[in-house]
Amino acid sequence: MILASLVTEPVGVAHYLIVGAVLFIAGIVCMATKRNLLGVLMGVELVLNGANVNFIAIGSPYLRGDAASVGLDGQLMALFVIVLAAAEAAVALAIALNFYNTVHTIDVDAADQLRG
Amino acid sequence: MIWHSVLFTLFAAIACGFAMAVVFTSNVVRMAFYLVISLSATSGLFFLAGADFVGAMQLMIYVGGTLVLLIFGVMLTAQQRFVQMRPSRSEVLLAGLLGAALLVLLASAAVGVPTWRGSGPKAAALDEPPLTATPIALGLLGFRVDGDPDDGQNRAGYLLPFEIISVHLLVVLVGAAYLARTRLTAGSLAQQPPGGFEQDAAEDRIAEVEAIAADSPGTEGPPT
Repeated sequence: MILASLVTEPVGVAHYLIVGAVLFIAGIVCMATKRNLLGVLMGVELVLNGANVNFIAIGSPYLRGDAASVGLDGQLMALFVIVLAAAEAAVALAIALNFYNTVHTIDVDAADQLRG
Repeated sequence: MIWHSVLFTLFAAIACGFAMAVVFTSNVVRMAFYLVISLSATSGLFFLAGADFVGAMQLMIYVGGTLVLLIFGVMLTAQQRFVQMRPSRSEVLLAGLLGAALLVLLASAAVGVPTWRGSGPKAAALDEPPLTATPIALGLLGFRVDGDPDDGQNRAGYLLPFEIISVHLLVVLVGAAYLARTRLTAGSLAQQPPGGFEQDAAEDRIAEVEAIAADSPGTEGPPT
């Protein structure tokens, strides 16, 4: 099994990518199965965080060496992702509060007023 | 070298384990707490990968800002005794199957590239600890100091995306404040259910206004 060989070899980009994949999948499953709107938001945060792990790993000179490194592009992209996640959280929380004030519940299944 | 592996394993296990805990718990307060731990461990992974500035920003913005925002959201939308909303079992099963399939796909893609396989921290990078705050700040201002110009590695600066994201953040925050504001009008105050202190204050204001309106005709002309 190719995953078992990861345990023995020293830490590289692949290890970070596995961690990022696990965070991403946790976020996806969280978004799919939570019925609380704030739970869905936390799933989005996990997904963006997994993407950030990938950016940092690909751009790290520690893990790839100076020759194959992409410089600071990965870290700059990760900073942009963090800022966008903060903006997304602010707007989504405002929408969640409006939703709660309108239908008096935070269950996303209650948002079916546009259903034909 | 050995500490690098040990710390990586520790932070990776904490991050992945508490991310899974976020998925499997149904109490939204516990979800927020587990998310704090997972994001903090992820910032530890960033420090291990040599991204000290991004790790600090992760701690400050994500753990310090976004999670506080989420916890305020949990408090503002709290229902009576935190009703637990569970999805149906078929939905959970389907989501778990799809997630496992996607995880296998991503993991096989991650280990399938030979240049991404680990050979430990590179010796060239271990000589001087790279401090990334100043190069990142210069990159955001449009100057790149990390590339080697002799190799033709002139890299583009990030001044325009930085400005765009600044204006975007301003617009988003103004919009969020506009969306989340409380709409206080005379009609909505009068129709509020009794019990809130806004109701009493509104009644006092209405009584005041009515008293002034009732007094005003008498005080208009001079007393005869």
